[in-house]
Amino acid sequence: MPKVKVYGIELDVPAGATVLQACELAGKEIPRFCYHERLSIAGNCRMCLVEVKPGPPKPQASCALPAAEGQEIRTDSEMVKKAREGVMEFLLINHPLDCPICDQGGECDLQDQSVAYGRGGSRYHEEKRAVTQKTMGPLIKTVMTRCIHCTRCVRFSEEVAGVDEIGALYRGEGMQIATYLEQAAKHELSANVIDLCPVGALTSRPYAFEARPWELKKTLSIDVSDAVGANIRLDSRGREVLRILPRVNDDVNEEWLADRARFLVDGLTRRRLDKPWLRVDGKLQAATWAQALAGVGKVNPGSSIAVIAGDLVDAETMFAAKALAGALGSSLLEGRQTGLAYDTSNLAAMAFNSTLAGIEDADAILIYGSHVRDEAPLLNPRLRKAVKKGAKVYLIGPWWEPTYAATHLGDDAGAINTLPDDVAAVFANAARPAIVIGGGALAKGGLGAGLAFAERFNLVREGWNGFNVLHFAAARMAGLMLGYAQKGGIADIVAAQPKLVISLGADEVDWSQFAGSLIVHIGHHGDKAAHAADVILPGAAFSEKDGTYVNTEGRVQYAEKAVFAPGEAREDWSILRALADAFGVSVGFDSFDELRAAMIAAVPALGVEGLAHYGALPAAPEGAHAGGVIGYAVKDRYLTNAIGRASPTLQRCSAELIHGEIHAEAAE
Amino acid sequence: MADRHPEPDSPELRARWGQFDWTGDNAAKAKEIVARYPAGRQRSAVMPLLDLAQRQVGAEENTQGWLPIPVIEFVARYLDMPVIRVLEVATFYTMYNIAPIGRFHVQVCGTTPCMLRGSDDILAACKAKGLKKGHTTPDGLFSLTEVECMGNCASAPMVQINDDNYEDLTADSITHILDELAAGRQPKTGTQWPGRHTVEPVGAPTSLIAMVSENHDYRGEW
Repeated sequence: MPKVKVYGIELDVPAGATVLQACELAGKEIPRFCYHERLSIAGNCRMCLVEVKPGPPKPQASCALPAAEGQEIRTDSEMVKKAREGVMEFLLINHPLDCPICDQGGECDLQDQSVAYGRGGSRYHEEKRAVTQKTMGPLIKTVMTRCIHCTRCVRFSEEVAGVDEIGALYRGEGMQIATYLEQAAKHELSANVIDLCPVGALTSRPYAFEARPWELKKTLSIDVSDAVGANIRLDSRGREVLRILPRVNDDVNEEWLADRARFLVDGLTRRRLDKPWLRVDGKLQAATWAQALAGVGKVNPGSSIAVIAGDLVDAETMFAAKALAGALGSSLLEGRQTGLAYDTSNLAAMAFNSTLAGIEDADAILIYGSHVRDEAPLLNPRLRKAVKKGAKVYLIGPWWEPTYAATHLGDDAGAINTLPDDVAAVFANAARPAIVIGGGALAKGGLGAGLAFAERFNLVREGWNGFNVLHFAAARMAGLMLGYAQKGGIADIVAAQPKLVISLGADEVDWSQFAGSLIVHIGHHGDKAAHAADVILPGAAFSEKDGTYVNTEGRVQYAEKAVFAPGEAREDWSILRALADAFGVSVGFDSFDELRAAMIAAVPALGVEGLAHYGALPAAPEGAHAGGVIGYAVKDRYLTNAIGRASPTLQRCSAELIHGEIHAEAAE
Repeated sequence: MADRHPEPDSPELRARWGQFDWTGDNAAKAKEIVARYPAGRQRSAVMPLLDLAQRQVGAEENTQGWLPIPVIEFVARYLDMPVIRVLEVATFYTMYNIAPIGRFHVQVCGTTPCMLRGSDDILAACKAKGLKKGHTTPDGLFSLTEVECMGNCASAPMVQINDDNYEDLTADSITHILDELAAGRQPKTGTQWPGRHTVEPVGAPTSLIAMVSENHDYRGEW
């Protein structure tokens, strides 16, 4: 622990810390462009210059200088002030003065730091450099003349995403940031370079010229596009959410966000269900709320009612529907829309027990039936970090391109029972072995085999739990905690032939199985379920209601309402409350707060933010059999849910980046 | 710095260079080069291999050699590294030609010492022979580039033509050199000053005279 002095403040800094980190510990702000906590140190912007004694009598780049015993660091001496002004003047020499037409304006590091640390005016009269426009695909807009060559984007794609596709070409004044042959950035985390870019060189293409940051209302929310539960911020103006940005949460998403979560935002205003619809003589007709509710109410389902929850719904909605079904005497609840029927009796066997941050410490990982890059894009950088620390990764299921070294053990789910000796030896000798079981394996009886694997290699030990199930649906863990699971999966519901089925945004269900039932769809998008529905009751998307979500780790997180639902759409809980009136039963709540209180009373874990505790893993079932070629649930990384399918941006990503269509750019 | 851009990737380029592979000799050389570095660090060999590839392209085309995109991709595959990292190297160093080049790449130094010693005359002489900065002559013989210091200031002005330096030039001597090269003969390399062998003082030494025959300590005289 070196002791350093920062402007007279003496403090201990952790071994290996840099001078910049020491200054931050002392509460001194150090301006920087290239330095980023989660990327390697480049030291090429020179903005973080400080005066350090002992040392050469010149300013030093604090980001690349290790803090050492007895250093005396000055951040506000005359030398530092002059050095910062000089660096800023150099940076601005070739930076265009186009802030009024730049999308970064108002949230630009260069703007802020030139105000805080720069000279008042420019002394530069010569011509500025201009750089030709670069293509980086449908998500990233480039204005490379604004680039200050911090190389954060290059380091991100190489180090975090693990896809080397952005590079710094040429040199000196001619240096340019570009993708290889100007191909589109294709990986699933590509748009994070927009956040990383300290200037307006890389900005969001769909969001171009939409709004200024100071106009936006910021609401804290949770991403619903997968079960990782990334922490996000919804930026809205008026009644429209304009963009989605990640929030920092080291336990979940660090500060990254998957492209499909960031850009589903324009799907929130398209294909919306904004008024009730009623099927009359086989055709859906617009109706009023009174007509629609009366239409449902006159069906007297008795206890012959089932609820199928979709992937995007919050715990409150599911609890309200459960209360409604319960009041009618039914417990036909299911959330696994595509027919998965694994045993849900012990939730510890359902969760990502290592935690997302903890999996970085694993030293042997078996990925069992999960296309991690499609199903949980934010888990992949974590696995990559584990591999960088020396972990060995094995993969069962059809091969996909991981961004790290991995060994393929076969496509068949049964391969877990016939591990080669060398692989078994790796897991037997590992200090922190782990398994990640995905939906592909769960569908082939992989849960029992996974539990047997956990027992064989002692995955749960002192201070370590290596048994992980990676879900894909944001609603899954909350659904399982609320009992949205039948023993035989959705087949049990089909077999029960309910008179009435309530769909909570259940767009992935094969609705032809319910031809004999009245289908009431409470959802927000005119997607697959709406086509099959007999009554459509327009609900709220995740951005339009408060809600509780539980991610695949079992982490309870709360999202807040950013805007109101469009048209006559209502928050889901109030629709279910109105249905209770239509059926003439009581569900025990009249407000959202009462609903939440009732839910927490029923499932106390949902009332505590953070990891829920599910207890010990069950013993592996006798005679569990895993077999069959694994298939992955996600066919198209961008169009995975109703909101994404409605988003023009993600449709274009899918067409261009997955199906290889070429979109002609309008001549500018 | 002159604008440099890789030759655009086109179907014709792919057809011509898509099948690029080492010749027998070069395959052995490439292996030898990669073996200089520890196992797993084969990426370190990227610069010599790019040079080798450029020379092989040159030998096939009878030019100084350059690096078409498919050849850059070949080197990336050979070293198992991302192609953008190879392109970064190839575009960084001006010694790698990333666009087609002539038989002789005439690189005229225009930095201060050469300029003071008459590099403008050298450039004018080249221009008189039909060479144009950044272009290749129509017969494909000469490409002209003005470059920065090549470290031959003691024998300025100089040009580098492919692997050889020609120093102590005058307008006449550069014209002669270009004529000889065009005629397929190899002119004398190095200094063109009659009687001079390398960069030793012309005529008698003018400084450090006492050092000529024996070691002399000047320090007392300062």
